Amino acid sequence: MAAPRQVERPLSPHLQIYRFTITMAMSIIHRITGVGLYFGMALLAWWLLAAATGPEAYAVFLGVADSIIGKLVLFGFTWALCNHLLSGIRYFFWDAALAFELKTADTISWAAAIGGVVLAIIVWVAAIALRGVL
Amino acid sequence: MTNQDMRTPKAKILHLGSARSGTSDHVAQRATALAIAPLSVFFIVSVVALAGAEYDTARAYLGHPLVAILLIALIGAVVVHMRIGVKITIEDYVHSDGLKHYMLLASSFFSYGVGLACIYAVLKISFGS
Repeated sequence: MAAPRQVERPLSPHLQIYRFTITMAMSIIHRITGVGLYFGMALLAWWLLAAATGPEAYAVFLGVADSIIGKLVLFGFTWALCNHLLSGIRYFFWDAALAFELKTADTISWAAAIGGVVLAIIVWVAAIALRGVL
Repeated sequence: MTNQDMRTPKAKILHLGSARSGTSDHVAQRATALAIAPLSVFFIVSVVALAGAEYDTARAYLGHPLVAILLIALIGAVVVHMRIGVKITIEDYVHSDGLKHYMLLASSFFSYGVGLACIYAVLKISFGS
């Protein structure tokens, strides 16, 4: 009796074999921004706890937030939030079985991708322009 | 011949997928998203207005009953949303059963801990002002 022959099973193709599509890219970015915002929630907790603790603690937070790295992180958080928000709206359409046509799905995905960047910039321009409005 | 798998066909189809659970996470994820979408707009507008504000100004704003209630609603919805989102991510990429469960546990602790800290802070500011 011959030994059972090892079957060469096909492997599923990996990421790089697929053509780039914006829906695929935004799916990955949606997950990455979501995980980023998850850890970013610690910053929200820090800000609120600093405000609850006292002027010294609040000054420490503001000092870090105002530094170059602090601004970079906060801008990253802003972009992640704007992207995740706009990108997330697409899922409501798809859950309702709408916007599944390839052209429509691509269009709303590009709109979310570009809109997220634009919205983040608008938020920062507004924050700088309105600095100390309250 | 012994049958290793003692589960009935029904038990198998009730535990489909790497999550071993049904659609409750998906529904909760969309329900919280629906709450978070408008609340996060309120949050962004608030932070824009508070950027560069004095300590007392920030406290007075955060402590206003309406602001505090909206913030707590946002934080509550976010805790559920972030916990499920990262749970799904862990279940997708971590296949070792032991490690997966420790990571899920750590993620739950982080999510609830962050939420607890935020809500405590908002309540302290609000009740103190």
